[in-house]
Parts: sequence; structure tokens; C-alpha cells
Amino acid sequence: MEEIHLTGIRKSYGKEVAVRHLDLTVEPGTFLTILGPSGCGKTTTLRVIAGLEEPETGEIRFGDRLIFSRQKGVIVPPENRNLGLIFQSYALWPHMTVERNITLGLKQMGLSARETEERLEAALEKVQMKPYQLRYPSELSGGQQQRVALARMIASRSSILLMDEPLSNLDAKLRTEMRGELKRLHRDLEATTVYVTHDQIEALTLSDMVVVMDKGLVKQQGTPYEIYHHPANLFVADFIGDPGINRLTGAIGQKNGTVGLDCGDLWLPIPGDPPPGAKDLVATIRPERINVSTEAREDWLKVTLESIQPKGADTILQVRTEHDSITLLQPGFIRMDLGDPLWIDFEAESLNFFDAESEDNLFDRRAPV
Amino acid sequence: MSLTTADPGGTPPILSRSNLSYHLYRLVNQPEKILGLLCLALLSFLVLVPLFEIIHDALVYQSYDLAYRPEAKVGSFTLFHLERVFTGPLSRALFLKPLFNSVAVGACVTVLAVSVGTGLAWLMVRTDIGFKGVFGALAVVPYMMPSWVLALAWLSLFKNDRIGGNEGMITSFFGVQPPDWVSYGFFPIVICLALHYYAYGYLLMSGALATVDSELEEAGAISGMNRRQRLWRITFPLLLPALGSAVVLTFIRILGTFGTPALLGLPVRFFTFSTQIYASLNARNSGDAFVLALVLIVMAITFIWINSRVIGVRRSFVTLTGKGFRQREIKLGAWRWPATIAVAIFLGVTVVLPMLILLWESLVITPGEYTLKGLTAHFWIGESDIDIANGEPGIWHSPGILNALWNTIKLGVLAALFNGLLGLLVGYAAVRGRGTLLARWLEGVAFAPYIFPSIALGAIYIGMFSAPWGPIPALYGTFTILVLITVVKNLPFTSRTGIAAILQIDKSLEETARVQGIGWFRRMAKIIVPMASSGVIAGMLLTFITATRELSLIILLLSPANMVLTGVIFSYNEHDMTQHSGAVTLFLVMIIVGANVLVRLVTGGGGLAGLRHT
Repeated sequence: MEEIHLTGIRKSYGKEVAVRHLDLTVEPGTFLTILGPSGCGKTTTLRVIAGLEEPETGEIRFGDRLIFSRQKGVIVPPENRNLGLIFQSYALWPHMTVERNITLGLKQMGLSARETEERLEAALEKVQMKPYQLRYPSELSGGQQQRVALARMIASRSSILLMDEPLSNLDAKLRTEMRGELKRLHRDLEATTVYVTHDQIEALTLSDMVVVMDKGLVKQQGTPYEIYHHPANLFVADFIGDPGINRLTGAIGQKNGTVGLDCGDLWLPIPGDPPPGAKDLVATIRPERINVSTEAREDWLKVTLESIQPKGADTILQVRTEHDSITLLQPGFIRMDLGDPLWIDFEAESLNFFDAESEDNLFDRRAPV
Repeated sequence: MSLTTADPGGTPPILSRSNLSYHLYRLVNQPEKILGLLCLALLSFLVLVPLFEIIHDALVYQSYDLAYRPEAKVGSFTLFHLERVFTGPLSRALFLKPLFNSVAVGACVTVLAVSVGTGLAWLMVRTDIGFKGVFGALAVVPYMMPSWVLALAWLSLFKNDRIGGNEGMITSFFGVQPPDWVSYGFFPIVICLALHYYAYGYLLMSGALATVDSELEEAGAISGMNRRQRLWRITFPLLLPALGSAVVLTFIRILGTFGTPALLGLPVRFFTFSTQIYASLNARNSGDAFVLALVLIVMAITFIWINSRVIGVRRSFVTLTGKGFRQREIKLGAWRWPATIAVAIFLGVTVVLPMLILLWESLVITPGEYTLKGLTAHFWIGESDIDIANGEPGIWHSPGILNALWNTIKLGVLAALFNGLLGLLVGYAAVRGRGTLLARWLEGVAFAPYIFPSIALGAIYIGMFSAPWGPIPALYGTFTILVLITVVKNLPFTSRTGIAAILQIDKSLEETARVQGIGWFRRMAKIIVPMASSGVIAGMLLTFITATRELSLIILLLSPANMVLTGVIFSYNEHDMTQHSGAVTLFLVMIIVGANVLVRLVTGGGGLAGLRHT
């Protein structure tokens, strides 16, 4: 188990800035996911950690080892960083058998034949690929290739593992299965893991810690719970969640002596004092945090049903207020007629408020874990 | 922690040790950069330096100029050579006539060859003509053959008494002398070259036709175009880049070709640029030859430039590989069999007949007496007999021929090896460094020999290597110079093969190995080379073929010490020993066919597709 510590990292390709400024600490043994849209700098970050790219500024440490320092002119080449790495494409060598794919790196480490054999066995065992030892990659299915790539990474017994969208080439069902597998593996190996993905479900299900990046900057770092419930800014709020979060825009106002957000037909009380000068705010709420009733209730908002998409285990409802369209997520397979009136109610504690201009979360920026 | 630097975000001063070590690391740890620099340096030396060298040589007095200008100082700047070629009294013979002849031959051959090739391509790709398999294989045979095989066969058929010696088959059978214009000069040169070079147009156009989706034409039909409009508005514009390539490729090849104009033109003093360069060098007027070679290069560049401007597709002459789509064959109906027979006759005359003529030629005991009685295998396996051909033994017993055979094979193998290696390294440096200035330069320099007509490149190499150059001894007349020039001339093709091979190897395959601690040399040995090998080996075999059949490129550099088969054929023909030249030619053809079979085995039949790039 080793800590990964990045400070002041900047990397650009010509005029294109990939990572603007990055400070990041990955605690020993944690599973950290870097999440973001394509081009946000997440893969560059991973490649910088691996040593496949040299940043223009900054420092990298693995535990006590100084791996990179622009200031001191220290660069440990990737060959000597002792990492495990897995690519989206699996990067299996097509002209080598599964066995050779795994042992090539081990032989390089100068391991004895016995030790190599042992590690090969153990790694294949872990990913249940023992019977395929002598096959060539082209003779394996996508999922099996993925497992071989995992085995190759495991066999290096590195204390740091890097994964670049390893699941995105798999079909949906296999992806769910491999997610479970990865989680189990991480628990077994106890290696410090950095995982890059654009898939929020992978990020939320797998990680101890999530870093959301956009345009080369970290937008938020936190546990999956924090990221989901207390987004630090509107970007994170929008990016996480499927169906997407509801946004309600309004102006700060006063009603019955309390401060709140006036969104036309909706009045949302604000849990605290708005910062001086703030005028327009954006309130967000997750679709599943809105209660629905088919009968009229006092203080609930009346809406009309616009569309309904049952997914099986739950159902997405699209409803209309006078000003906004709101998405709801309800458990169960719901059947309802379009145009029916519904009454909805927001769970006040699930609301987040953002400054419309800065897009930052006003009250929840350092929410407790 | 003590490890942390006060301001990790900043960069150290430019000249500080830490900054230098950072940049040194970046250089050392990007092997493609070092490799790119090395390749660029080597290629510049082999390609650009010789070019500057002959420009220099063309502009200063040489020792042989003292015969004309005794007062001149060797090595001082002069326009003497330029004056001789462009404005002097000799200009008409040295420059204008060869220029006119070269352009006339080039234009006629290009028009003929490209039209024939295009027509054939259309018949083969888009219609239901018969025997496509056989025709397809035969149609590309000229591509593999030396371009002057037809000229040799032509001489066997149509030689008249103009230059003495034995006469051709026509005279032998019918007792009439073919007129001079049939036997020698412009007419036979154009016919022989056109019947050889149609293969280039055919390959390029059939490739392009195969990529034109019939659906595009059908879409035109649906929007109300008639057949003619579809052809002119849809098909033709799509074929235009390939047509342009075919025209440029053929024209440049014709400009640089030596064998055919020499065999058919020199006896009647019909000079093209290529034969004039040869003649000037033989007459020890290298300065003239250099100026002419430079003119040739300028012409080639101008032509490529015009093509790229007119057609507007950069490097359109490079590739046109395509996936096969579902294409509708046009039914020829009543024309099917006449068309099939016409193609069969055409291919028979251009491909099969010349071989048969040469075979017969090699079997007659007395030159010029073409009967079925006097056939002999003497010129193949006979030992020296003072009564036959001045005692010159047959192929198997002639030390000269066997030595040339050995040299030819050696040249083919060495060129293939060096080209394969260089192609792979250039490919690696160019692909991994994509987007950098270095990679662009490297690709550019590797491509440069394409624009040098073969004979001009030969002249350049004479200029460069006839005297010691720095630490390199004089290479004229050595075997090394043949290898060098062959490698350089094939570079545009092999570096493309290398680039294509490396492009197929995703960067991540190498990076995975890197992260596992595997260093660059081992990555090359274990991953890059094995994965790239099939493409590169096919390219190497094709280099072998082009190297063994080459004459134009090396004719200026041959000497008894480094003689190869093509040179032997040329010299036998000069000495009117037609049985020998016929026998050796067929022998060479067998070697080439053998190598091609090997290519097909290695590439699984796709061998000739790769030839399109040369």
C-alpha cells in the first residue's frame, strides 16, 4: 500500500491544456475514481501518474519515493515505477498466448521460473481464466480478454494499480458482472487504485473516493455519497445522476418572515443566510427525492403528467408545472395516463442551492461525510 | 514532508541542472525522437546531400572541363555547364532535342498507357467479362518485369539491317526489311513503353474503381441522371485523383526510364533525357549530365505540383486502397465474348508473346535464323565453344553471368534487408512522433526519392560518390553504391509499408510493456518487430523484386566489378549477342516470378496490392 501524491501538476499538448492545475492525494489502499466527460483531463492524469506523459510542472510522490519533480529535475521512468496498468483496449499482445502475455513482464522483473509460475497460476486463478492459459487473445471473448488483462496487472503485484476505462468495451451485462469482480479484487489486493471512467455508475459503485474533473480542473473530490448528495457545484450536480438532477431557477425573496427561493409557483425555503449580494439562485433536487401523490394534498404542488417511462424496477415520470418541467423517479412499474393531475412535494433536506453566477453550492461546500 | 518543494507548481531556471536533466530525460525516454533524428540524419545524407552535391558540381569547373577551357580553375564557380546545355552551340543536340523527345515520348506513352489501363480496369472491375482471374494475374505481370523486356522482344521481331549484325524474325520469315521507323526510334519506344506501363494505370484505376460504390451511381440514377451524366458527374470526379496519380506516376517513370530508349533509340541516335545523360557521362562530360539530371528533377517536381494543384488532392498519387463494396456488374451482353477475346489477345501480345519470342531467340543456334530445326540449349547450359558466339559459354558455365547472378541476388537481398529495417524504423519514428515537426520532416525526406527520376538519381550518386566524401571512400564501381541507391530509391515505398505496419500497433500495446518494466530494445524485439513483421516482410520481398529488375537506376553505376544481370543483358544486347540476352532475360524473369510466388505465399495473395505503392 502506497500513497499517491500529486502537487501542482500541469500538462498541455501544444496549445491544448489537458490538465490545468491538479493537487491530488490518494490515500494508501483506497480506490479512487477520476470521473468526467471526455477531454476533461482524466486520462492525462492517469498517464502522468504512470509516467507515460511528463507534466510541465509539479511533483509526484509514491509514499516516500519522489517519482517526479519538475523543480528538482527528477523523473523516474515508467519502467521503474512498479505499477500495474490496464487500458480500455486491454492491450493484450496478439502474438502471444495468455501465459506469455502475463509472464513477459514477470521475466523482466528477474523472477525465478518457480516464482513466475506461481504468480501466473495465482493471477489466472483470481480471474478464473486458468483453462485458457494457452489460448491466443483472438481466441477469447471480450470479457475473457478483459480478465487476462486484469490477470496481467495482478501478476505484477504492484502496490499501485491504474485503470483506464477498463469496462467500457464490455456489454452492459458483463460490465455489471466485472464491476463486482473489480470490487472484490480490490478488497483482496489492497492496492492503491486509480480508476478513470466517464461512467458515473462505475464511479459510484466502485470507489472509496471520487474526483470529478472538467476542463483540466478538479470540480469536486469526495466520497460517492458526498458527490451524489452534496455536489459542490452545478457541474457536478448535473453530471452525476441518471435521470439527471432537477434544476429550479429563482430569485431570493421573503415570505412570512423566512428567506426562500421564489420559483414562480414554487416557494423553496433556504436553510441559512444567503451570502450578501446573491440574487438569483439555482436549486437542485434528485428525481427520487420528490414525493408524488395521485390525490390532492395541502401545500403540495399540482402538476400534469407529460411522459412516463417504466424501466422495470422503477419508473421515470416527466411532469409539468406552470414554468418548469420536472423529472421524478418512483419505485415500481407505474402505469398512468398522460395528462393526469399529480401532486408533488420536495424533500427540503435534499435540496441544494447554488449561486446562479458562480455555480457554487452555497451551503454545502464542506458537507460532513 | 521534507520531500515537498516550496513551490511545486513552478519551473526551474532554464539553465539549471534540474531543468536540463528534465529535458534530457524527455529526449532519452522518447526513443522515437532519437530514432527519428538518426533516420533523418541518415536519409538527409543519402538523399539531400547528393542533390546539393550535383547542384554544386554543375556550377563549378571540373577537371575534365579543362579540355574546353584550359584557363579555367578547377573548383571555381562557373555557368559553363549551364551555357553548354542551354545556350551554347551544342544546346540543340544536348538539351532541346532530348527535351522534345522525352516530352513527346512521355506524353504519348502516358496517354496511351493510362487509357489502355483505365479501359482494362473498367472491363475487369465493372463488367462481367470472362476469365477475370487469369486476366487479373496476367495484367499485372508487366509491373513485375523489367520495362525493357518488350524492347528486347521488339528487336528480335523487327530488327533490320540498319546497324548491321543479324536481323529480326520479320526479315527472316518474309525477307523484307522493316522500315527504320518501325525498327527504331520514337514509334517502337512509345509502343513498348505503353504496353509495359499500362499496368500502373490499370492497378491504380482498378483500385479506384473498386472503391466507387455502385450505390452512388444508383443514387444518381434515382435523381434523374442518365447514363452519361452519371459517368461524367459522379464516377469520373471520384476517379479523378487516381487518374491524376496514374498520369503522374507513368510520366515520371517514363522520364527516368533508360532501358527501352537505349535499346531502341541509341542505334539511330534518338536521344531522350535519360540516354543523353548516359551518353554525356560516357563522354566524360559529367557537368552536362548533372545539369540534365537537374532539369529532369525540376520537370518531375513541376509535374507533381501541377497535378496536386489541378486535382487538389495532396499526395493523391500515394494510396488508393479500398474495401470492396457490393458492386453491380454491368452486363456486356452480346459484347461479352468479343471483349473477352480482345483482352485475351491484348494480354497475349503484351505478356506471353514477348516471353515466347525471347525463349525462341535464346534457343536458335545461329542468330537471325529462326527455324525449328536449329534449336539448341547451348546458350543455357552449353560450355564454351569457339564456333558459337565467339566462345561465350551458356548461362550455367559463364563465370561472368554467374557472378552477375550472385550480385543480383545479393543486391536484392541486401536492399530488401536494409529497406525493411529502415522502413520499420522510419515507420516507428514517424508514427509514434505523429504531429511533431521531426516526424513530418522524416516522412518528407523519406518520400523525396519518389520525385527523382531513376536515371537522375543515378547521376546524383555518381556526382556524390565518385570521389571520397569525408570519411567515406569513393564508391563508384563498388557493390556498396548499388545497395545504397537501391535502398534510397525504394525508400518511399518501404517507409510507407513501415508506417502502415506500425499504425496497426496501438500505442497502448507498447505502453503496457513499458509500465511492466520492459525497456525499449526488448519492446522492439518482443512486440513491435513480431507484430509488424508480416507487412514488412511482404514489403521486403517486393523490394527484392524491384531491385533485381532495376536497370535505369544503376546503369550509370555499373562496372565489371559490380555487374548485375540487367547490366549483363544490356551489354550482351549491345554486342549483338541476342541469344545470350534472351536467355539471361528469361532467367531473370524466372527469379522475379519465383520471388512473386513467395510474396503471394507470405501475404496470402494480397502481394500485388502492395505493389500499388511503388
